[in-house]
Amino acid sequence: MWYLCVFYHRLLDYRRAEVESLAEMFGGLSSLEWRLPENQHPDSPFHLVNLPSEDIARKIANRSILVKGIYELWGEGSSYEQLEEAIKSYPDDRKWPYLTCDTTFKVIVDSFGKATSFQEQNDRIKSLAYIPFKGRVNLKNPDHSFWFMETDDYGAHNGLPPVVQKRIFFGRLVGGADRKLLPTYQLKSRTYLGPTAMDAEMAFLMANQALVAPGKLVYDPFVGTGSILVAAAHFGAMTMGADIDIRAVRDGRGPDCNVWSNFKQYGLQLPVALLRADNSLPPWRPGLKEIFDAIICDPPYGVRAGGRKSGGRKLLKGIVGPYTVPDDKRTDHIPSTAPYSLAECVHDLLDLAARMLVMGGRLVYFYPVLREDDVVDNHFPEHPCFKLIASSEQILSSRYSRVLLTMVKTGSYTDKIAEAAKIKHQDFKENYVKWLEDGNLHSSVFSPAHPQLCEETDSKLCKDLKPKYRGKYV
Amino acid sequence: MRLFTHNMLSSNIKGVANGFPLRIEVEQVLEKQVDFNPDFLKNLFPKLEWKALVDAARTMGYAELPEEADSLMLESEEFLRKFHHALLELHLEEGALVCPETGRKFPVNKGIPNMLLHEDEVPDLACNQVLCPTICERYGKVD
Repeated sequence: MWYLCVFYHRLLDYRRAEVESLAEMFGGLSSLEWRLPENQHPDSPFHLVNLPSEDIARKIANRSILVKGIYELWGEGSSYEQLEEAIKSYPDDRKWPYLTCDTTFKVIVDSFGKATSFQEQNDRIKSLAYIPFKGRVNLKNPDHSFWFMETDDYGAHNGLPPVVQKRIFFGRLVGGADRKLLPTYQLKSRTYLGPTAMDAEMAFLMANQALVAPGKLVYDPFVGTGSILVAAAHFGAMTMGADIDIRAVRDGRGPDCNVWSNFKQYGLQLPVALLRADNSLPPWRPGLKEIFDAIICDPPYGVRAGGRKSGGRKLLKGIVGPYTVPDDKRTDHIPSTAPYSLAECVHDLLDLAARMLVMGGRLVYFYPVLREDDVVDNHFPEHPCFKLIASSEQILSSRYSRVLLTMVKTGSYTDKIAEAAKIKHQDFKENYVKWLEDGNLHSSVFSPAHPQLCEETDSKLCKDLKPKYRGKYV
Repeated sequence: MRLFTHNMLSSNIKGVANGFPLRIEVEQVLEKQVDFNPDFLKNLFPKLEWKALVDAARTMGYAELPEEADSLMLESEEFLRKFHHALLELHLEEGALVCPETGRKFPVNKGIPNMLLHEDEVPDLACNQVLCPTICERYGKVD
């Protein structure tokens, strides 16, 4: 059955991907059918989705972060007359159970891209007199909520291109996101924070992409302050994290301000394990494989924080031999580390995930891309054990974006595949030599724009170029 | 560190052929209660090295686990409770994990094992030459 799915107008690229992941989690559906209502732009918050049952629709909506509501659509139209006609022709046997006198209900008037005054809202509700509501009104805790939603036809103001025409929807609410989670988990109330702690909303989205559920084992190889695992633990997962920085993972900022305390703060199950380990030399025993249900992480890509791995810089260049640690200094020795390029880091991550994820397990991680002329090159890392099922862009500045990649393990990790992965990745790496340059991404993001280019485009032109349509910026 | 973690870790020092299981040096053991989840345990059981878990639990002062276990025993709640306790509730808060071949100690402080290798323990860059030929082209071959 087709349902109306209305999204919060933010993180546009993440919306359908989230619903698709949750459809797999609650309904075992590997793909979903989508349609756009008449005259709606793909970036519009109004979408139609085909779901097998109301129960699945409700579970998806309630678990999601970006679904404002999934509705049983009783009618839609470009004018109030059309809407009335549509609602009247909607089968009575679908409407009656929700209109009987032993139920309570309320009607909510909502609009996208404009404000409706209290008076207008009342007028809209009164205009629905043709629907035979028999139940009693209950504004606080009704059995059924009906939503009257409209978008207007004066384009530019609602953040969408001005092709959008007025459209009115009326439907019965099936379920919606519990956004109360977000203030509870917002970073500003978190005790232990680092410079790259993951925003709570994004962390929940990542957990949804990874199909996190009670009893699943979730691993983050770049755990930092644990902000991603906190979201996974909220959804009931057993969590495990590693980091090369012992200060982040062990010490934090004191006994009541560390990774553990971030879990205690919300009454969550503590991580099963936190350890200090190097992603380029993982300490897992030989023979250990297919143990994690999901790997979720935000790898260090050198813009806010750079990655480190074992071995000093000089050591890797082959200028000096490895430093031999004197026997009496072995206990407290602090090994040096070297910068870890993004390309190598991602290679190690894919290799680790291919080995350690269960079949059908998911790898969810951020991958940075430079933006040139608003076109994002989508050559994402590949691996024969994995299928890329979603890529969602979040624009961070005019220079670069990060893309949340969701990969599912479809093939088992054999020696042959391990070898093939190296060759495949080789190809990727040859085209991405620029990533290997120390700080290349960093300088592309932070260096001033080319001086000649600045002169050519005088300020007037710049103003004209400034896009009115914000699209993925929201 | 719980024994679950211990069951996953090995010493990956250069030249070590069999770095598993790591010997446990105990300074302080804590018991922390964890929600009992039989499904999680049943899922995990086939992926664990049972003998290493039994020995590790014994080192930590818990000798209730049977020497041998098979998947049939997972039907018994009593067994699952013991398994749960050993795997998830015993914490090595302070101590060390010792490499069975070299005797190198990986310290465990505040419950966090430090598995980072010293410079002279990192396996040769042979693997990196395969993975990162660009580095090797630029900086020359590393012996």
